[in-house]
Amino acid sequence: MTPFVYARADSLGETIAAGAAPDSAFLAGGTELLNWLRLGIAEPTRIIDISRLDGLDQVEALPGGGLTIGALTHLNDVAQHALVMRDYPVLSQAILNAASPQLRNLATIGGNLLQKTRCAYFRAEEQLPCNKRQLGSGCSALHGINDNHAIFGWTEDCVATQPSDPAVALAALDAVIVTAHRSGGRRIPAAEFHLLPDTRPEADNVLQQGELITAIELPAPAPRSAYLKVRERESYEYAIVSAAAVLEMDGQTIRRAALALGSVALRPWRLSAAEEQLAGAEIGDREALSTAIEQSFAEARPLSQNAYKIELAKTAALRAIERAARMPS
Amino acid sequence: MNFHDRHLLRLRVNGEDHSLSDLDPRVTLLDLLRERLHLTGTKKGCNFGECGACTVHLDERRVNACMILAVSCEGREVTTIEGLANGDALHPVQQAFIDHDGFQCGFCTPGQVMSAAALIEEGHTGSDAEIREWMSGNLCRCSAYPQIVEAVRSAAGRASQ
Repeated sequence: MTPFVYARADSLGETIAAGAAPDSAFLAGGTELLNWLRLGIAEPTRIIDISRLDGLDQVEALPGGGLTIGALTHLNDVAQHALVMRDYPVLSQAILNAASPQLRNLATIGGNLLQKTRCAYFRAEEQLPCNKRQLGSGCSALHGINDNHAIFGWTEDCVATQPSDPAVALAALDAVIVTAHRSGGRRIPAAEFHLLPDTRPEADNVLQQGELITAIELPAPAPRSAYLKVRERESYEYAIVSAAAVLEMDGQTIRRAALALGSVALRPWRLSAAEEQLAGAEIGDREALSTAIEQSFAEARPLSQNAYKIELAKTAALRAIERAARMPS
Repeated sequence: MNFHDRHLLRLRVNGEDHSLSDLDPRVTLLDLLRERLHLTGTKKGCNFGECGACTVHLDERRVNACMILAVSCEGREVTTIEGLANGDALHPVQQAFIDHDGFQCGFCTPGQVMSAAALIEEGHTGSDAEIREWMSGNLCRCSAYPQIVEAVRSAAGRASQ
């Protein structure tokens, strides 16, 4: 680790003032930042410990319906909160499928969204060509080991995927990410928070230097929702493909569906075309569901080693829909 | 905000108060425990939050000590494997690991025991599947998993399935 100075923040105001200085980094749960420091992925000279900021670790019902989750709420506390479990099972399930119990006691819901790709070339201890590590150095995975890389939205500059499980649930829920910044805060739709590599392959998300996530807002309850994660071992592993489904039903008929896939692109991938066609479909009509899902795969592009992920993603989406439909409303 | 490159850290470890001066903020809680407090029961496995060998309790919650900057623990309370027993009386989880032969080489054992003790407090022992899921943050390369599950089940006071 390169040397840095450290300070503990006492107020949000001083946090965003201090964070605006170049080479400053916020420390919340630390479960990503410490590894970036060890690998040289980030080399901040100033660390601002925000973990004890007051009032950012609460889960509260919003007056007009919905829920606000403080950005510093630990993952286990979000997933096991009574309102989240009852009204947003897709989020609870996504979180409990992420990382390990110990890491979820440290990691925060805001920090989770800031994690970087698990691409082995990006995380290599000896630096390899990677445009996210050094812009212009190339992409080792494009013609290298890419069996678990992107099938949507990739470019020749970067074929990596975003690994967050909660982000996939939040994208399907149409959650809003609330930020604070010295020049004013923003409300960012969860599905637009992460960046595809087509503009700035070195960037992961839309946040500016010193911009801090303060809360995640969830819209109206989504009790008929579910998360499905497919991986090489049953627990404590990143996804090959994951799927979040949020349904509104009239009896056995889908009134509205929202679908997002994880680990298929550098952002949670909404299946908008499929969603459109799913409205009006019968939940028991697998052929109709599959045909609808198929609509969103016209733009899928496999790499040399990951064509299997296309089939896997379609099946995961289908199973997530069926699982969501079985949830009590 | 006052940034420093050396810090004074006060924390309580296994019931004992410590005041540590001249602390480099890069030092992790794991390295502090092992190198400065000489509590080497907490093991350094991967040092990337992947293996769970460094599991300790921080304010009664289980965490990976390798993923925490020691300086951020000001005023907090840490329990390590050295502080789990009550004098000479082993913690029920420690005794259960002996009774059920829950280890081979023993390197992951302190982390397994700390994780299991917390898991029982959390109440995630409803079934063997639940125990496996909530113990998944602790890897055992000897693969003593069946015996570890038996030990946790037994320490939780549950009959075998």
